Amino acid sequence: MKFKLATLLCGAALATTGVHAQDVKMADTLTLVSWGGAYQKSQIAAYSEPYQAMHPDLKIVWDESSAEAVAKLRAMNEAGNITWDLVDVVAADAIRLCDEGLAMEFDADELLLPATDGTPASEDFGDLLVSDCFIPQIVYSTTFGYRTDMVGDTPPTNICDVFDLEKYPGKRSLEKRPINNMEWALLCDGVAKADVYDVLETEEGQARALAKLDTIKDEVVWWSAGADTPQLLADGEVVMGSTYNGRLFSVIEEQKQPVAMLWDAQVFDLDGWIIPAGLPAEHQARVEDFVKFATDTQRLADQAKYISYGPARNSSAPLVGKHADLGIDMAPHMPTDPANATNTFLYNYTWWADYRDDLDAKFQAWLAQ
Amino acid sequence: MTDATHTPSDGPMLTADGIPLKKSLQIALRRQKLRALVLIAPLLLFVLISFIAPIADMLFRSVENDIVSQTLPRTVIALQDWDYDDGKAAAPEKEVFAALYVDLSEAEEFKTHTRLGSRLNYETTGMSSLLRKTGRGLRRMGTSIYTEQFEALDPKWVEPAVWVVLMEQPGVATALPETASAWDSWKRIVANKGDLLAEEQPDDFIYTTLYRDLANQPATAIAAYTGAEAGLLMAADSAVDGFETVSLKDQFIKMDEDWASPQVWGTVKAFSSPYTAGYFLASVDLKQTPAGIEQQPENQKVYMLLFGRTMFMSVVIMGSCILLGYPIAYLLSNLPLRTSNLLLILVLLPFWTSLLVRTSAWKVLLQQQGVINDILVWLGLVSDGDRLVMINNQFGTIVAMTHILLPFMILPLYSVMKTIPQTYVRAAKSLGATDWTAFWRVYFPQSVPGIGAGSILVFILSIGYYITPELVGGTTGTFISNRIAYHISSSLNWGLAAALGTILLAVVLLLYWVYDRIVGIDNVSLG
Repeated sequence: MKFKLATLLCGAALATTGVHAQDVKMADTLTLVSWGGAYQKSQIAAYSEPYQAMHPDLKIVWDESSAEAVAKLRAMNEAGNITWDLVDVVAADAIRLCDEGLAMEFDADELLLPATDGTPASEDFGDLLVSDCFIPQIVYSTTFGYRTDMVGDTPPTNICDVFDLEKYPGKRSLEKRPINNMEWALLCDGVAKADVYDVLETEEGQARALAKLDTIKDEVVWWSAGADTPQLLADGEVVMGSTYNGRLFSVIEEQKQPVAMLWDAQVFDLDGWIIPAGLPAEHQARVEDFVKFATDTQRLADQAKYISYGPARNSSAPLVGKHADLGIDMAPHMPTDPANATNTFLYNYTWWADYRDDLDAKFQAWLAQ
Repeated sequence: MTDATHTPSDGPMLTADGIPLKKSLQIALRRQKLRALVLIAPLLLFVLISFIAPIADMLFRSVENDIVSQTLPRTVIALQDWDYDDGKAAAPEKEVFAALYVDLSEAEEFKTHTRLGSRLNYETTGMSSLLRKTGRGLRRMGTSIYTEQFEALDPKWVEPAVWVVLMEQPGVATALPETASAWDSWKRIVANKGDLLAEEQPDDFIYTTLYRDLANQPATAIAAYTGAEAGLLMAADSAVDGFETVSLKDQFIKMDEDWASPQVWGTVKAFSSPYTAGYFLASVDLKQTPAGIEQQPENQKVYMLLFGRTMFMSVVIMGSCILLGYPIAYLLSNLPLRTSNLLLILVLLPFWTSLLVRTSAWKVLLQQQGVINDILVWLGLVSDGDRLVMINNQFGTIVAMTHILLPFMILPLYSVMKTIPQTYVRAAKSLGATDWTAFWRVYFPQSVPGIGAGSILVFILSIGYYITPELVGGTTGTFISNRIAYHISSSLNWGLAAALGTILLAVVLLLYWVYDRIVGIDNVSLG
């Protein structure tokens, strides 16, 4: 059945290819930008290798610059020479690129294929289309992992255990930015989930969040690269630490370290593609063709075979299967799995777009004190 | 004979062809200089284009601020009469909102309103979403009633061709100033969409300005216009008094009540000039507010602290490089060539290893579960419970950076020491000096140029370093350069990054000057 679906979709993709070929000749190179590491590998396996097989003459180039994508795109735009065709960024960056006019706006139902049952793309992706320029691929979460051998007989079950130095002494690692940390601090300071951003909007609320973080400040190792927390956990440098759930999956299942997930109050975030604004017509045609293919229902589900991030389409969820190498069921490792998602927190993009500069200044000043 | 006509005492000396010698020499020299210049021209151009120009461009961003006046040209002018008045002012008059409406209508097409939002959000929180939201709501301002009323008055008003004819007439700008100005925006919008002006019905904002012009301009001004479609215009002028209207001010405030806030308008006004000192003020923990220059609140002051810390740590790193590098360089220069070559390779070996690898190696060594702590625990020097914290703080940064920058100290020291003849020290000793006196009075002064060169290299490299402090600096060991990197790649506040960079550059030049005054730059040698 799955095979049939795939052929059907390939056929659909090929059909659209044909239509485009009549309009504009498609460029024979495609430069994709992503994050490197296991995530990029999953994209290569799920998207670009099958696409390459359909277009043997195409030269696909991968770049690992997503971490600096916003700054580089701005520089390219100023220089008037855009060398990237498709860029993988987190949703917050996509919003900023869209704001700056550096990413192309599109109509989801025109650019993206409908689900296999015919549901239009705009409904299939639903709320995840957070910006007019953003093509969501995955839902990931920032959550905590802890050393099972360092927490005694009662492993942490609540996000507030991170702030409990008596019950769980030792270092914890947190990301060196206000986002997520401020929200968790307020949640554990007794603010209701629905009120977090309202409280954080006020000076007192910000001071309150920082005061809560102050209680563990001496015991925090601050990370800035996604690989830091997994390494710190593997070395036993920290008892618990926040990072992306896919990184923890690889520590737990692939490297078999004594680490477990604390899914409580995991913060959902999105990652996806943007098409740089102002591409030449040939590249535009090529990249639109690729995006159509790479974001269809099957392709998004395929990616979950390689990494534990949830596909952004509703219709892909039932197709998520087993890990390509380990052979374990991937569904229970998805952040969106009902068992993991009993208490989740949704990152508020528009709120942070406004308050990021302000809170970052305060957070950095607080850190430096 | 030409030289016979002049005596050497009362005139300039002449060459064989009658030109004064001085001039002739000058010509020859100039030719030589030109040839030299032509020879170095490619290099000069290369340096100019690839090095000086980008730096100058980057530094210029620290004062550049034309985005406000370019995105909101009409609003900025209309806002000139409005006064912030320490936040007690009311929101501006409706003229300002009408100007804002036209400005944003154009900005929305070119997506510059969101860019302006990000820019102003650096100064006042909330501007980003205010402008994004307003851009989205622009179509729902209710101004279509003007379009409809003009159409009801005369269907010719919705014919693009009529508009083109009317707006191209010479006298129309005096009769309809706002409409003419808005029409320029409309022309740019249509061109940007790739459409033809003669086929596109003007947007609601054109009808809005037309209504405003007809309602505000004295009837004589409209009557003075006699070009094509004058009749159409006259008919409209006498009808607009009966038009149903919509208050743009109310519409804007309804969309977001922030448009009524003097803070928002004060920010727009305060940053409306094409150049700003705002970024430089922010770099030294001050801020430009509508009310003037103020201190940054205590909980946001970070840059002066970081500048101070950067200087302090760079000096410490420089000092530890001198302390560690001097004996090594001394040893290298006094050993037989074969041994010293081998040792020199050992000095250079880490120099050829990736920076990231070396920094990560220090993590492995210094962390709490790391090699050094393990050995100390094993030796019983520290208990397992309180292992030393040696990384993710100032100590870790100083250790890792001293190690990384050590070759930059050793190499100039070594090449200077190589040139100091050993006979001097021997001579001093034979004259009765002790080892210490011979070293301190004879050898050391001759090695000072090497210390100077090494110190300048290490100091300048370390104040601009950011990878190592980022990886091992934790919260107390980060430099100003980490903030610069953050503003370049994350917050996209390039103006602030440029201002911080300019200050850093100025500090380096200043220190260089001080060094020149105290030690003398002639007293620096790389060998």
